[in-house]
Amino acid sequence: MTKYFHSVELDAEKCCGCTHCLSRCPTEAIRVHDGKAQILPERCIDCGECIRVCPHHAKKASCSTLDDTKSFKYKVAIPAPALFGQFNNLDNIDIVLTGLKAVGFDKVFEVSRAAELVSEATRKLIKENKLKKPIISSACPAVVRMIKIRFPELCSNVMPLLAPIEVAARLARKEAIEETGLKSEEIGVFFITPCAAKVTEVHSPSYVEKSACDGAISFSKIYPELSQAMDHLTEIEPIAQSGLIGIGWANSGGESAAMLGDKYLAADGIENVIRVLEELEDEHIRDIDFIELNACSGGCVGGALTVENPYVAQARIQNLRKYMPVSMNHIGENIDNMMWENELKFDADIFRLDEDIFKAMSMMERMETIIKDLPGIDCGSCGAPTCRAMAEDIVMGRAKETDCIFKLKARIQNVYDTLSGLS
Amino acid sequence: MSSALHLHYEVSGEDFTRAGEASSSVKKRLKSLGYDSDAIRRVAIAMYEAEINMVIHAEGGYCDVDIYPDKVEILLADKGPGIPDVDKAMQEGFSTAPDNVRNLGFGAGMGLPNIKKYTDDMRIETTIGVGTNLYLTVIVHK
Repeated sequence: MTKYFHSVELDAEKCCGCTHCLSRCPTEAIRVHDGKAQILPERCIDCGECIRVCPHHAKKASCSTLDDTKSFKYKVAIPAPALFGQFNNLDNIDIVLTGLKAVGFDKVFEVSRAAELVSEATRKLIKENKLKKPIISSACPAVVRMIKIRFPELCSNVMPLLAPIEVAARLARKEAIEETGLKSEEIGVFFITPCAAKVTEVHSPSYVEKSACDGAISFSKIYPELSQAMDHLTEIEPIAQSGLIGIGWANSGGESAAMLGDKYLAADGIENVIRVLEELEDEHIRDIDFIELNACSGGCVGGALTVENPYVAQARIQNLRKYMPVSMNHIGENIDNMMWENELKFDADIFRLDEDIFKAMSMMERMETIIKDLPGIDCGSCGAPTCRAMAEDIVMGRAKETDCIFKLKARIQNVYDTLSGLS
Repeated sequence: MSSALHLHYEVSGEDFTRAGEASSSVKKRLKSLGYDSDAIRRVAIAMYEAEINMVIHAEGGYCDVDIYPDKVEILLADKGPGIPDVDKAMQEGFSTAPDNVRNLGFGAGMGLPNIKKYTDDMRIETTIGVGTNLYLTVIVHK
């Protein structure tokens, strides 16, 4: 396996080499070469924007399937709370949870339960004043990866608590071992995921050595079987143990509302997230204790692997939360087992031109000269998202000037003029 | 190659909403150079404050940025009214910004004091009725 695992993949058959994904990628990680999109693995944060915008469905996430669960003796599903917003007329989340059992899982543990624990642990850490403020939520893995590759000064602001999915996977695994007496490797824990970034987080975690999840199955993949199973349930098991705080994590603003304070902000959508991070880095945001950032518009309900319109799902989640207890899960005295194993380290090499600053400066000087000569319309025809990225590719040796269609046209015109002068 | 990488920006005084574009462009370039992140942050903040000042008080001007491997030198020049009392302008909380920009959170009287705080050297040349030149230096501390 290479250094970078990515859940986002290209189906080369379907890719027609258009520029939709190219221009939308927030880290400029896509290039089109020989009529096919390619992903620069070191830059991709698996946010799933390209999956969302590709009109040919050539971008996909490599997720697990229900078949993958079959190699385990005991199968546990841990569904993200956003799953509850995918179904029409749902008034009881136990229908979804029992449905998961009907499609083959032996046990179901809601990630929203762990979200309540993470919320309580965060409140505790804020109260004890142990963290650098403002604290940036670590729940969205695409945001964490974005900070890791682009915002060196903010790495130490990211909350060093495990994301709810990891906490849920550990708790569910522990319970399963206790309940069945099976060995850990005989138990398969599968996250039911709204997005690609969390699939990556399961296979290649940012801040633990190994995830307690064995795989992730997307909403869109499990939806047909699950909704059918939900329609044919003979009885509904009382499984749910989440309060309104945990369920609220599905929507943007849910995690920060659970801080029970007022000095927070919540931004969603990757472009907005970047704007907030830029302002934070320049210290333009003050008097804020907690910052919730979700790469997808609307929060997790807006994940690229969901089936329902994010705003419809948001409204359903709000409705489901009515009359629920505030929180049904509480932490013990010690939260050490919820803290990160590894520190978040800035990946310095990804956007810099060269390790040697003198060389980098001369490359940038060349870049500035090249840019002045390019049309500046960021059309994407050369295969790079912007003229600036194209100039960067040229100095990095990844492209040549005549990849620019305007440059090529000018050169052909030149040859034509010379030839007509000869006749 | 010359020893410094030179960047030039015209700062428009006509559109307040575009203020901050030059400093953000410098920040982006410093990141591509793999520059020290603490120095990037200080350049970004100091230059931003100065750029805002130039738009609020002097209807724009220009910035010249020279990037060296170990330091960044910035000149912000305007043809504005000049600063009558530099010592007073350096006091925290002193501001002559108009109300319309105060509503956006500017004009707290922290511009020049912040610029001084984040730079290693700051020099003001100002003449009433002619304009102001602000020279800033940020050194890489490491």
